[in-house]
Amino acid sequence: MIQQIAFVLILGLATFFIRKRVLRIRDNIKLGKNNSITDRKSERLNNLLLVALGQKKMFKKVIPAILHVFIYVGFLVINLEVLEFVIDGLLGTHRIFAPYLGSFYGMLMNLFEFLAVAVLLACVFFLIRRNVMKVARFQSAEMKKWPTLDANLILITEIVLMTAILTMNASDQLLQGRDEHYVATGNLFFSSFLIPALENFSTSTLIFIERFAWWFHIIGILGFALYVTYSKHLHIFLAFPNTYYGKLEAKGHINNMPVVTNEVKSMLGIATEAPAPPTEPGRFGAKDINDLNWNNLLAAYTCTECGRCTAECPANLTGKKLSPRKIMMDTRDRMEEVGNSLASGGAGLNDGKSLLGDYISKEEINACTSCNACVEACPVLINPLEIIIELRRYVSMEESGAPASWNSMYQNIETNFAPWKFSPSDRFNWANENK
Amino acid sequence: MNIPTVADLVAKGESPEVLFWVGCAGSYDDRYKRVTKAFVKILNAVGTKFAVLGTEETCTGDPARRAGNEFLFQMQAMANIQVLNGYGIKKIVTACPHCFNTIKNEYPELGGNYEVIHHSTFLQQLINEGHIKLEGGGTFKGKKITYHDSCYLGRANNIYEAPRQVLEILDADLVEMKRCRTTGLCCGAGGGQMFKDAEKGKKEVNIERAEEALATGATTIAVACPFCMTMMMDGVKNKNREADVQVKDLAELIVEAKGL
Repeated sequence: MIQQIAFVLILGLATFFIRKRVLRIRDNIKLGKNNSITDRKSERLNNLLLVALGQKKMFKKVIPAILHVFIYVGFLVINLEVLEFVIDGLLGTHRIFAPYLGSFYGMLMNLFEFLAVAVLLACVFFLIRRNVMKVARFQSAEMKKWPTLDANLILITEIVLMTAILTMNASDQLLQGRDEHYVATGNLFFSSFLIPALENFSTSTLIFIERFAWWFHIIGILGFALYVTYSKHLHIFLAFPNTYYGKLEAKGHINNMPVVTNEVKSMLGIATEAPAPPTEPGRFGAKDINDLNWNNLLAAYTCTECGRCTAECPANLTGKKLSPRKIMMDTRDRMEEVGNSLASGGAGLNDGKSLLGDYISKEEINACTSCNACVEACPVLINPLEIIIELRRYVSMEESGAPASWNSMYQNIETNFAPWKFSPSDRFNWANENK
Repeated sequence: MNIPTVADLVAKGESPEVLFWVGCAGSYDDRYKRVTKAFVKILNAVGTKFAVLGTEETCTGDPARRAGNEFLFQMQAMANIQVLNGYGIKKIVTACPHCFNTIKNEYPELGGNYEVIHHSTFLQQLINEGHIKLEGGGTFKGKKITYHDSCYLGRANNIYEAPRQVLEILDADLVEMKRCRTTGLCCGAGGGQMFKDAEKGKKEVNIERAEEALATGATTIAVACPFCMTMMMDGVKNKNREADVQVKDLAELIVEAKGL
């Protein structure tokens, strides 16, 4: 009974804090501009199924993809077991599904154990890749300190949680012969390897170990779920909406600015068919997160900092400061800063800081070649280029702060209708030149 | 060379089947003018009824949009669309992937709807339809050629095979760089970079790419974009290899192989 009350309390607390965090993230994303995305639903669903559920783009790198699939399937399937944990916790039962499912229950448990071992090994391998092999994309400047610790904490937590499951099952198997509370599950293959280490313990010690592992696992899962909302690991949920709302146009297409279209049309004396939509008060381009579209902000929360974008970026590869991953990380960090400030009654967006300037520098955005390598590389359809272009728009149109040579290029286009300083009347001269 | 303008044709009560959009580099850049002329030679040779805008053509606005000046981009776009729609243009071919991308993907939202094809696709179609034939392969037979993917053809518009199929009729030894197709490395000029110096770094992007191209052992680096052309030529020059390695556009290679 005490255990049940404790369980209800813990479950309630976890739900409370996770819900609070989820609402905060939702509010932060809603700081962005409200562009409605309601078109091409079947293509969007297709992207969600292929890219998020089907992990299609992960398979450009086969070995990490296979290991990632283990963790991903493990996450999906082992969470079914968590359902049983919760029911047992609430009702004070033990393995409530076992009597109903009979030998199928044992098969399920063996499957879970297989996945637990697969997850465990994959996490160990990922830790080695990050910390021993030092794969280059995990060592970039923006990965120093917290992002690296964050990644390692997530991997270690998963290893510990999987170890808890296996320990629990091993002690459970031993107890099945000794205590009638422990229903028969049949032989569990993987956890049986731990039995030699446990079989000399007394029944009461084993019960303690089993209970400890059970509580450790469920509290660990709940704690991890809460931790995820503060970490880079939100992609496990947000990859689904992010792929659904991902860009469908050709990658070369840059989003139009209807506000500008209306102004240009009236300047050129072209009648607009529809009356001009109410012009949104606001800036041209983006200086801060509220100038970006909400789906750019969703993308920032979705980013799990794998760095495949940065590893393909020609600017980054040749030593420039630009890193597409950092663009996404900065966007999220700024959202968190504004969100925390608003929640505590602070100045929020008016805190004197902004995404451009305090987080992302002009030097970074100016270095982009718009080559779309980052967009192509992202396994969950994040588009750092959209954010870079919006920031450039602000610099060019609101600040007139583009590099001097770009201002010359603008001037050439305005006066000569070509980005270079040539006379428009010479444009057709090539036709009369021999060689 | 027969190079009619749309205005000429319209004056005669005719209209072109296809408008050849020359682009700023194709009009003014000495090196890329040779590509423009090579493509015109092919158009003439196969008897395509084409025309150019001549002095009525202006910058599509691509570099302005990508550098962040949306006003300037849209001013250019609207002005061009007015001219194109005024002439009732239906189909456009261009040798510049940036012009291609902008007119194809960005003009429709502003009222410009045309069938737009890049000259690599156009050449591929001419080959497939039997209008361009090369018996015995011509001058490039057996020579090593590597193709550098333009970002604005490749990733931006998923055109990876057309340029390679054009090269195939040369009967050359096509070698790929390690980073090709979807993972092709940019030449470093897109997104407005053509018009300013690079930010501080440890290397220029075009040197990195030129080294990769040279490492294939190819004696010809095939390109399909004026910016890539400039960047790759500079890269090859930087490596002091301009004497034995040439950078050529697809149209030029066809013209040379056929002796047009």
